[in-house]
Amino acid sequence: MLKIENLHVSIHGKEILKGVNLEINKGEVHAIMGPNGTGKSTLASVIAGKDIFEVTEGSITYEGKNLMEMSIEERAREGIFIGFQYPVEIPGVSIANFMRTAIDEKRRYHGQEPLTELEFRKMMKEKAKVVELTEKLSTRSVNEGFSGGEKKRNEIFQMAMLEPKLSILDETDSGLDIDALRIVANGVTQLKSPENSTIVITHYQRLLDYIVPDFVHVLFDGKIVKSGSKELALELEHRGYEWIKQEYESANNQ
Amino acid sequence: MTKEEKLIIDQCMADLSQWKVQDQPAPYRPVEEYFHCKVKDIDTQMCIFLNGWYVHDNMPLTISPEGVIVGSLTEAAQRFPEKVLPYLNQKSLPKEDDLSVLNRQRYNDGLFVYVPENVTVEKPIQLISLTDSPDELMINNRHLIVLEKNAELSFVQCDDSIQFKKSFINNVTQIHLAEDARLSYYKMENKNPESMLFNEVDVEQKAHSQFYSNAMTFNTGYLRSRINVLLTEPFASATMHGLYLVDRQQHVDTQVFVDHQVPNCESHQLYKGIVDDSAKANFLGHVVVRPDAQRTLADQTNRNITLTDTAHVTSRPFLEIYADDVKCNHGTTVGQLDDDAMFYLRTRGICERNARMLLMFAFANEIANNIKIDSLRERYLVMIRKRLNGELTICDQCVLHCPHLVNG
Ligand SMILES: Nc1ncnc2c1ncn2[C@@H]1O[C@H](COP(=O)(O)OP(=O)(O)O)[C@@H](O)[C@H]1O
Ligand SMILES: [Mg+2]
Repeated sequence: MLKIENLHVSIHGKEILKGVNLEINKGEVHAIMGPNGTGKSTLASVIAGKDIFEVTEGSITYEGKNLMEMSIEERAREGIFIGFQYPVEIPGVSIANFMRTAIDEKRRYHGQEPLTELEFRKMMKEKAKVVELTEKLSTRSVNEGFSGGEKKRNEIFQMAMLEPKLSILDETDSGLDIDALRIVANGVTQLKSPENSTIVITHYQRLLDYIVPDFVHVLFDGKIVKSGSKELALELEHRGYEWIKQEYESANNQ
Repeated sequence: MTKEEKLIIDQCMADLSQWKVQDQPAPYRPVEEYFHCKVKDIDTQMCIFLNGWYVHDNMPLTISPEGVIVGSLTEAAQRFPEKVLPYLNQKSLPKEDDLSVLNRQRYNDGLFVYVPENVTVEKPIQLISLTDSPDELMINNRHLIVLEKNAELSFVQCDDSIQFKKSFINNVTQIHLAEDARLSYYKMENKNPESMLFNEVDVEQKAHSQFYSNAMTFNTGYLRSRINVLLTEPFASATMHGLYLVDRQQHVDTQVFVDHQVPNCESHQLYKGIVDDSAKANFLGHVVVRPDAQRTLADQTNRNITLTDTAHVTSRPFLEIYADDVKCNHGTTVGQLDDDAMFYLRTRGICERNARMLLMFAFANEIANNIKIDSLRERYLVMIRKRLNGELTICDQCVLHCPHLVNG
């Protein structure tokens, strides 16, 4: 589904990703872990199409197509969804109008008839339930004045509405209390199917108790330095990242 | 005054004989024959001025059972001099310029509205000024609105062109609010690109009076919109909102002057603009807080979005404060649409064009949403949307789902 090969990415001449390789197949869940500032969010942004990042080397292939040649919106309509670490506040744009526009455009892109107003409202209602959002929230402006937890739930709500094939959840669990974490995790689990794939970017093991990863990768210094099974996440939880760093450095010094 | 403003004024004023002045009203024809107000279901008392003359069927003044007087100013000056002349002759304004003087010398008529003490006018009064002439017209109208103690009124003023002829319009509206009086003043400009329109609104407020104004400019050639507010007694408040959406070669100058003469008054300004193509917008906001005006609350905000490199905006909020116990602030921004918001919308599959539309509409909406007359607000929202859409796209294909269109 997604194949990243030797990806190098810079911003303002500073190299952040230094040769990332990653392959994700249909139905798989991958976790990407790693200390702060190692390029996890950068990877998500590049996949989304943020143009301030410059891809200097390597490639990303999505369903056989060169992702770099697709516009931001085309990627989304083809089924890529990013749950952002820091969702943007958009005063004056209601969630309902936002989603109506997004769904209309996606359906038109795929040659489907637009939803009727009634169908759309029904869909909003159903999907809001997935993350236990009250309907009142949908008349509010996108993320404006939302608490951290509300913002993250709103991301998962959008994911539920857009029914992506590949979801990348960037620290969707950070800053959530136990209840919010349970809601978000249940939401993601409900949306999981053998047809779609998920990348969970996280610091903690706790989200992975709900969404069990098939593979765990450690991103360090712009590279994936270690990959393993779900036990690796547990090990990182217990031992931290220091040993990864030491392994990486001693390997580099040889 | 900017260089360009001066240039335009000079062009208009250098040789007044270049303009035709219609020296008497055209014979009466029912308004329906040439004009339909497009605001759906708006229920107002409509007053039409055609080429500077009040349109009426032998009824220059109407007087309601409560004593509300509406009609021709010159007629009112004869029949009720005591209600008209003291205001007309009052030279209270600090900022008379060549145009104000021209208006004073040349005005032929205008609308007079008088609301007696303790009367709340239920139906908004709507003034529609139309130009429709084969000639290049000059029009000088002087309107006068007087609200006595504890009176209340909503007033809607629309300047429209029926056809595309050059014109020079120089209007002054005088507003006097007695103690506790409340006026909502809505203004809409939708003029042809050949028009040169100078609108001055002079407001004098007594104790505890409330003035709210909301000015929307959708289309114009050149527009200078000037508003002067004198807060002459304590606890008066003035709130002024404005929105200008200009493109092509359009040019809007917004000039707001607020004079805090006494303690405990407040004034708020929020003006927003979206400036496209080679259009120009200048904002000049000037607030004076006199030495006596302690505990003044005053703010000025002007926000602009420029959509091209050739769009031109200058914004000069200016506070002149002589009292020490005051709360005043001003803010101004000129910029493009928020990149992060654009990116976020697009990552949900929304194309660049629609993402821009959503953000621009949201930006403009903040002003329109303050309009309290429902039908007017809905109409403005539709107009904003059409305007931002370049007026080309059919409503139901648009991304901004107007509630009344969806339901209706
Ligand atoms: N917009 C930006 N401008 C400049 N540097 C950035 C920008 N975004 C990220 N970086 C830098 O890229 C590096 C990786 O950041 P990020 O991808 O956010 O890391 P992570 O998500 O793993 O914590 C950091 O050093 C950060 O400072
Ligand atoms: Mg991050």
